[in-house]
Formats: sequence, structure tokens, C-alpha cells
Amino acid sequence: MKIAVLTKAIPSYESSIRIDSSSTWIDESVVNFVVNESDSYALEEALQIKEKLDNGSEVVVVTMGSQDNTSKVLKDGLAKGADRAIFIQNEDSNTDPLSIAKLFSQNLKDENFDLVFSGLQSDDLGSGQTGVLIGELLGMSTATLGIETDIQDGKIKIKRELESGWFQWVTLPFPASVSIQSGINEPRYPSLKGIMGAKRKESKVIDGQLSDDPKQNFINLFVPKTEKATEKIEGDVDGIVAKLMDILKNKLRVIS
Amino acid sequence: MKYIGPDFCNITSLLTDEELLIQKTANQFVQQEFNPIVNEYYEKGSFPLELLPKMGELGFFGATLPKEFGGSEISSTAYGLIMHELEKGDSGLRSLCSVQGGLVMYPIYKYGTDEQKKKWLPQLSAGTAIGCFGLTESNHGSDPSGMLTRAKRDGDDWIINGSKMWITNGSVADVAVVWARDEEGIVRGFLIEKGTKGFTSSDIHGKMSLRASITSELFMKDVRVPDSSRLPGIKGLKGPLSCLTQARYSIAWGAIGAAVDCYEVALNYSKERKQFSKPIAAFQLTQQKLAHMIQEITKAQLLAIQLGNLKDNNQLDFSHISLGKKNNVAIARDCAKLAREILGANGIMDDYSIMRHMMNLETVYTYEGTNEIHTLIIGQKITGESAFE
Ligand SMILES: Cc1cc2nc3c(=O)[nH]c(=O)nc-3n(C[C@H](O)[C@H](O)[C@H](O)COP(=O)(O)OP(=O)(O)OC[C@H]3O[C@@H](n4cnc5c(N)ncnc54)[C@H](O)[C@@H]3O)c2cc1C
Repeated sequence: MKIAVLTKAIPSYESSIRIDSSSTWIDESVVNFVVNESDSYALEEALQIKEKLDNGSEVVVVTMGSQDNTSKVLKDGLAKGADRAIFIQNEDSNTDPLSIAKLFSQNLKDENFDLVFSGLQSDDLGSGQTGVLIGELLGMSTATLGIETDIQDGKIKIKRELESGWFQWVTLPFPASVSIQSGINEPRYPSLKGIMGAKRKESKVIDGQLSDDPKQNFINLFVPKTEKATEKIEGDVDGIVAKLMDILKNKLRVIS
Repeated sequence: MKYIGPDFCNITSLLTDEELLIQKTANQFVQQEFNPIVNEYYEKGSFPLELLPKMGELGFFGATLPKEFGGSEISSTAYGLIMHELEKGDSGLRSLCSVQGGLVMYPIYKYGTDEQKKKWLPQLSAGTAIGCFGLTESNHGSDPSGMLTRAKRDGDDWIINGSKMWITNGSVADVAVVWARDEEGIVRGFLIEKGTKGFTSSDIHGKMSLRASITSELFMKDVRVPDSSRLPGIKGLKGPLSCLTQARYSIAWGAIGAAVDCYEVALNYSKERKQFSKPIAAFQLTQQKLAHMIQEITKAQLLAIQLGNLKDNNQLDFSHISLGKKNNVAIARDCAKLAREILGANGIMDDYSIMRHMMNLETVYTYEGTNEIHTLIIGQKITGESAFE
């Protein structure tokens, strides 16, 4: 079994985020890039599958982005136990999920992965589309929000998280692309031996150029102003109740 | 990836990716496995020994040793960063690791026979066996040359008599490295296994410092061990002193961790706590404390990194380590005190780690060579005059 795990470098929560002079992106020089949270769970799931199958399966960590920020997340993956890494180097700031998914799928096509695991979404942009789009572009079956996996002969069973505490089991034939929810396992931390051994593992760098014009652009990035406003509802009792119901239903949408 | 901790002068740029990843592993281990339970063990006056196999699996014990002896061949700076993280948790946790790696695995690796190495190093590095180091005696602390423990040759065996005091992990150790004088007065090291006839221990109770660490007394009454238990590669006091050099290096790094933890807690607190309608961080007197802390922490970081470089290049003299141990523990002790002040009444509570660090650092200030003894070592180095006696 050949499993790809897509991992993305995102600014850590502890970083102090500053908007750069263009007002369309953040000042990357001052942020600390770390592995996207749900990607760590995806990697752990892949490593556990590999260990359980114990048949010489391969786990490959794949990332895309600029050399400075992202190449280190691969080291993290290799140190935890991935067999090799693919780094699609792309200094472009285009964040359009379709363009990105195309770049991934072009470069991963020849690898013929049985499984592509990705995190549910990236914690910086949160579009949650890359895994599904890659699955589509590579003709794979896809599922999102996986919280449990079970490898069976020629297929994978996925427990999906639905709304309001509902779950769903789906069975996908290989090849499949599955996005993984956070919290479904206990991601290991890399051991010292793993960290020191990572240097000797294969890490392929691909020069990735985005072919399409971006389908999405940032126009303006700003820090939301904290505004506290108190709205006072006045009038007779019936009027107040009607107004309140309207707000709860239509403005806050807490009742239907 | 960045150094985890206050990085005023960009020390990240002095660290490799491996070193940063290793720090992160240790940081996660401490945050997830140790910090949630430290207060409970501190209060009980014991150590969560069940963490040892996990620490072994991650590679923390004897990590700089060659792979064939259970190490990971990491740089001395990476090893220092592990100590930094462990002591951010608690000095007791770092002590355990310093003892296991620097004081037990190191002498076995350096001075032991192949048989001793084969028997002990894999278990000690895996954390399935615990070691302790017995040098200090109740009447011989700073001056171990006065030790009274004796080893007498008897045929192929040695008979050991005496006692050791203040021994970290003494009562739980599977193997004790015990230093004793032979009949010619030469100091020799022996590996005494738990359960050997005549070898007993009792724990020291009533400590107000380093409570999350087991400290014991060891008693040797006609303990008979074969000559194969002796560490043949060394004789004289330089044996135990060379081990202390290893462990003191880890303290120079560990103390920064304690200081960093105190500083970060105090910095965050000062920004949130308001008095006289302002965050207390806005008062000059608070800023002076914080500025002093970051200044000393930054100097300590740079000193520790240089010690690591010297160590890896085989240029490290024990006087360098004395400087690092003395300075970094002293500044950590100051930081704990200043941080405690900044937190006011909250500073004395176990909701925060500061008071625990402050109490722990009293031990760290004293063991592995007191601050005074390191002053004398440095003094001797620069003047050529010994002021010990
Ligand atoms: C919690 C804990 C754990 C420990 N773990 C271990 C262990 O695992 N193994 C081990 O072997 N030991 C261990 N020790 C012992 C420790 O190393 C000794 O306590 C230390 O060496 C100091 O010895 P002492 O306590 O006898 O103090 P003393 O030597 O009696 O010193 C008392 C004071 O006199 C000062 N002094 C002494 N000589 C001079 C001098 N020439 N000039 C100026 N001042 C001087 C000292 O600096 C100190 O301030 C531990 C101690 C503690 C508290």
C-alpha cells in the first residue's frame, strides 16, 4: 500500500500575526511555521495503517509551498516515521484551492498512490477543499471528515463525522482520497532516533509552477475591530417579544 | 521552526533543524505527559517512574552516546535543549535524566567492560532499568576526597563497606555506581545491583526542594561484588569528577528551562494583571524585573550554546562547565524570585510553577558542586592558585 499524506505549514497559534505592507498577506518573516493540526492526525493514521498492515507499505509526506517556510514540515514527518518526502516548491502566493490541487495532482499522478490522506482543512485558510479536489482530479474515490479508518481487501472503510453527533460509514474502493478530522488518534512525537534518521531518507524537490490564473485573490486583509454594541428593545410586551423573536430567528438564527 | 522560549537575540539562528525538532519532541513530552501530574508528585514527594520507558523510547537517556550503546548521537546542544525542556517541567525530571545519562550510562560507557556495557546500557537507555550515582557521604559533600566508603579486595571479589547520602533515585535504582577507596586509598567505581546482599537504602523525607525526585541514603555492609563489577577504565577521583562534568553540562542547560518558565509566566501575568487601572507590565519597576530576567536568560542561552560547541569540538574544559553551571543556576534562581514578586499573592500558589522552581533551584544551586565550589574552580583556573583548602 502506498499512502501519501499531504501536510501544510501554517503559522503557529502563538505567532504574532502582522499584516504586511501590501495589506493582502501576513508578514511571514516573523511567524513560526508549524505543521497544520489535522495533518498530524492524517499522518498518524497513515503510520498506524502501515504498522498494522506490516507488509512493506510506504508512507510519503507531501507538501507544497516556499522553501523557507514549508520544507521543515517534511522533516517533521520523516522524523515521525514517513518513508520519504516530496516537496513541491512553489514560491507563488496563489492560494486558490483548485490551482493548488492541480499542481499536486500533476506531480503525484505517476506515483499511483492507493491512498491520499489530507487534514480536514488548513488552520490558516480553512477552505477544506484540497483533498477532495485532488481525489477528483486523479480519479479517486473521496471522503471527507474521516474519524476512523479500516483497511479491507481492496477498499477502505471510513467513519465520517456528520452534523449534530451523527456518523456515517462509507466504503471506498482504492485509490481513495480521504480528509482526516483532528483528534482521532494520538499523533506520536518524533523520537531522537527518528529525527536523526530523517536526514538519510529520500526527500524529492519538484519545481512546481502554477499553470492557471488564480481563481481567487486577496483584495484586503485586515484585523477585525472589536465592537461591542448593546441594542435595547423598547415598546410594549407584545412588541418586545415579536422583535426578540425576529432577532433570535433571523439575525442570530439560534431558533428556527 | 523556532527555539521554544524567549528568543531575544535570535538564538534560533544558532540552532540546527534537528536541534529544534528535538527540543520540540521534549517540549511536547513534558507538556502532555509530565506537566499535568507534576503537582501531584511534588506534593507526594515522589516521581512518576512509569514515565521512564516512554522517555527511553523517545531517546532521552544517554542521547549523545553512539547508537550501538543506545544513544542517538545527537549534538551536545540538542541534548542541552532536552534538559532545557525537562527542567521547564521540573528540576526533578531533569535530575533523573542527568543522573541516568551523565552519571550512570556515561561511566559505564566510558570506563566499563564490554560485558558491563552490554548488560546495562540497553536497559538504561530504554528506561527499563534505573541507575543512581553514589559519591556524596553525610560528612563528605563538597570535598568527596574525604570519603569513608571502603572497598577491600578478597580473592576475586571486593567487599564494600560504607554509606552514601543524598543519592538521587537511590532506593529505586536497579544499578548503583558507587565510588569507594581501596586499601591503597585509590578511588574506584563499582556497579552494585539492587538486591545484592548487604546493600540497602532508605529514602530521605522532609525535603522542601526537589520533591518530585526520590533522594535516598545507601548503606553497604560487607557487600560482596565480583571484580567484574568494578569499572576498570578509571581510577582516582577524576572518575567521579568526569561524570559530574557531564551532568553539570546538563544543569547549565536545564536551569535556563526553569528560568524561561518563570519568565514567561511572569511576562504573561504582568500584561494581564491590572492595578491602578493599568497592566502591571506598564510600571517601570515591573519592566525592570522583566528586562533583567530576559537579559540574564539571553546571556545564559548564549553561554550554553557555546558550551555545546566546545563540547562537540572536544575543547571543553571543566572550568567552562563550572562557569555555565554557576551562572545559569544563579540567574535561574534570581528569575524565580523576580517572577514570584511579579505574581504577587498568586505567585505563592501551585497554580503556577514559579514557587516550585524556586524551591527546586535551591537544590540545583547546591548539588553537582555548590556555587562556591564552582567559584573556586574558576578562581583556580584564572589565577593558578587553589583556594579550596
Ligand atoms: C536533592 C539532592 C540530590 C542529590 N543527589 C546526589 C546524587 O545523586 N549523588 C551524589 O553523590 N550526591 C547528590 N547530592 C549531594 C550534593 O552533591 C551535595 O549536597 C553537594 O556536593 C554539597 O555537599 P554538602 O551538602 O555536604 O555541603 P557542604 O560541602 O557541607 O557545604 C556546605 C556549604 O559550605 C560551602 N563550602 C564547602 N567547602 C567550601 C570551600 N572550600 N570554600 C567555600 N565554601 C565552601 C558550600 O559551598 C556550602 O555552601 C544531592 C543533593 C541534594 C540536595
